[in-house]
Amino acid sequence: MQYAAPTTTEEAARLLASNPKAARVLAGGTDLLVQIRAGMIAPDLLVDIKKINGIRDITAEGGGYRIGAAVSGAELGEHAGVVAMWPGVVEAVELIGSTQVQGRCTMAGNLCNASPAADSVPALVAADAVARIVGPRGERNVAVLDIPRGVGKTSLEAGEFITSIYLPKRPDRASDAYLRFIPRTEMDIAVCSAGVSLTLDSKGIITEARVALGAVAPTVLLVSEAAKALIGHKPDDATLAALGKACSDACKPIDDKRGTIEFRRDVVAVLAGRAARIACQRAGGSL
Amino acid sequence: MSKIHVTTRINGDEAEFLCDAEETLLDVLRDHLNLTGAKEGCASGDCGACSVTLNGRLVCSCLVLGAEADGAEIATIEGMASGEKLHVLQQKFLDHAALQCGICTPGILIAAKSLLEKNPDPSETEVRYWLAGNLCRCTGYDKIINAVIDAAAEMRKV
Repeated sequence: MQYAAPTTTEEAARLLASNPKAARVLAGGTDLLVQIRAGMIAPDLLVDIKKINGIRDITAEGGGYRIGAAVSGAELGEHAGVVAMWPGVVEAVELIGSTQVQGRCTMAGNLCNASPAADSVPALVAADAVARIVGPRGERNVAVLDIPRGVGKTSLEAGEFITSIYLPKRPDRASDAYLRFIPRTEMDIAVCSAGVSLTLDSKGIITEARVALGAVAPTVLLVSEAAKALIGHKPDDATLAALGKACSDACKPIDDKRGTIEFRRDVVAVLAGRAARIACQRAGGSL
Repeated sequence: MSKIHVTTRINGDEAEFLCDAEETLLDVLRDHLNLTGAKEGCASGDCGACSVTLNGRLVCSCLVLGAEADGAEIATIEGMASGEKLHVLQQKFLDHAALQCGICTPGILIAAKSLLEKNPDPSETEVRYWLAGNLCRCTGYDKIINAVIDAAAEMRKV
């Protein structure tokens, strides 16, 4: 195996494209190095992107924030501007691994690892975040929703890698929240999860919403019926019951050692309801 | 294949080594530099026994490549005491009997030091969450948590 640490996106893309099957991107390494050690993958070349200019920066842009692909969870959680604007995304990222893992793990890595249970992904999809991708054919912007294509599979083409993720501008009286279920209090993988982002009017009525579910299908689910259940209402019991039903109906979970189909279907409805209430409170609404 | 030449700083001293791309920072510390304080427990980032700081950030050295240390600032357990004088955390771990076999201890001390630099007055819950990535199979954790809280109180007096 070889190691390269290019300083420009062009050089990184060239290295990745030169050996598309056997080259891997190294950012935080918290999934990659574990998979190499476990013998799951055997890359010939690791392209460390952390020396690329600007890739560890968080930049205010267009009223939102551009998060460099190599920004760690710990760095994201220390950025007051992002925490204020997108608290649900930050709390989702901060659930990844231990303090030690937080020192290295990245949102872009969590996304590209393409685990159905990735914590940051439902929150990013609820936020309508957009990934910037660089590759042999130049640069393109792709909704985070369209990146995962199956367990461990992404829509990135050979030689492409994510350079940043954009969290858009949002109006006043808007916020988000993310919740997951795990059988212990820390250091675990989501059995199921829900991210909700919403906007309120001056009376506390939800005017816009995005609801995304994790670990209940091979990829993250954006549930438009769940958003419809919220829009036009306050987060009262009847509204949250309709939201929960829409989530349970949309999910396609599996039975595994972490939970059953039935359990996931029920719990994801509860999580979506609680996340919606938290997001409303954060947006300045009353319950 | 030629080795990678890395120049770094460890516990304030300049260090140089040659490593293979596959070698982790933990491999380099233990096998090339003879700094065997950081332990290999799981080698998958779950147990925290290999904890060090990399540019001031707490990390598992088993999940960092040796090559990535180039130009970085690393702190390990070997740099914690000042000569013969133990760090407050080390002394409190002795006072509270916060260790038995000792394999987890260097990682927990490094992680706890990193916590107290960020938060000099953590609650018990904050200590427990911060140290959730450091596994101890001997103590049941209570003595460790008490030692960290006691050390924090002592350090705030200075």
